[in-house]
Amino acid sequence: MSAEDLDVLKKEFAAEVIGTKEFRGEHTITVSLAALYDVLAYCKNSLGYNFLLDISSLDHFGDDPRFEMVYELATVDDKKHLRVKAPVGEEESVKSAVDLWLAADWHEREAYDMMGINFTGHPNMKRILMWEGYPFFPLRKDFPLAGRPSDMPDVAFTGVAPLEGGPFVTSCGTDDVVRREPRARDQK
Amino acid sequence: METTDTNQTFAAYDSKIEGNVIITKVDAAMNWMRKNSMWPMPMGLACCAIEMMAAACSRFDLSRFGMEVMRFSPRQADVMIVSGTVTYKMALAVKRVWDQMPEPKWCIAMGACASSGGMYRSYAVLQGIDRLIPVDVYISGCPPRPEALIEGLLKLQRKIEGTDAVMEQKKELLEDLA
Repeated sequence: MSAEDLDVLKKEFAAEVIGTKEFRGEHTITVSLAALYDVLAYCKNSLGYNFLLDISSLDHFGDDPRFEMVYELATVDDKKHLRVKAPVGEEESVKSAVDLWLAADWHEREAYDMMGINFTGHPNMKRILMWEGYPFFPLRKDFPLAGRPSDMPDVAFTGVAPLEGGPFVTSCGTDDVVRREPRARDQK
Repeated sequence: METTDTNQTFAAYDSKIEGNVIITKVDAAMNWMRKNSMWPMPMGLACCAIEMMAAACSRFDLSRFGMEVMRFSPRQADVMIVSGTVTYKMALAVKRVWDQMPEPKWCIAMGACASSGGMYRSYAVLQGIDRLIPVDVYISGCPPRPEALIEGLLKLQRKIEGTDAVMEQKKELLEDLA
């Protein structure tokens, strides 16, 4: 059923569709940022995707556009599932989907908090996990794993975690216990 | 009852109060009372807190050692058990609770996270509660079993026994007076 929805969306938003993909029964459509909200609204109102499972974001550091929004749509009866993606440039902001699905509220705040993607039309756009005033976006690729020092007196501070040569990563798929042992990999 | 010798007066031994008098040092008496009625402030932040609750429940029964009175007000607590991952967002709240506890007070870092940040070498986690408050006992484990927590509390009892009741346990008070 999702495959037919892809055809409907391709017909409806012909010029704005960047690509579609099918992988093991999962269907993904990538659209331009300008059409993202209209596509989401169409999915909800005409195609019956009344359930927003998740919103996530990707950082393709070094590419342009840098970020990508990912919306996981489904129906409440779990009959179909659709993934909608849209590339987002560093200076661009995304139209909020809160007026389509209330569930988008906290997901969009998380995307803003961790990745620094801005949303327009959101009723309560502030950080959700870190505190207001924390100066970094910690899930960006150019943010070091160990963190960065910051200080807000009487609110919170952060420091740099000692990695001691880490992160220590295991090698999956090897039968040799010695080689499977977590080891430090070179950090570039 | 007094008996009079030719030139000296002695207080005679009174058999009625036999066994009710203990001769000791003030330090030893205070330490004995303190160590046997340590009221914990449970700072339960993650999965270690579950083990701490188990330690207080009937199977392990902390009350055998006088520590069952979990006080959720820091003003009534003697020992803070930091059990779990201390995030930077929570760190100053833990410090604030610690500052409100009256002296003498002790701190136990329960588990890998509270002791050193544990597996969370991350931007979000304080790398050991000892960066903010002085820790008396570290307990290893992820999470430690209730027996380990009891062992840690008994270690703390040994520590209290061996320290000076005022000079070493009322440091903040002495600093204020000085």
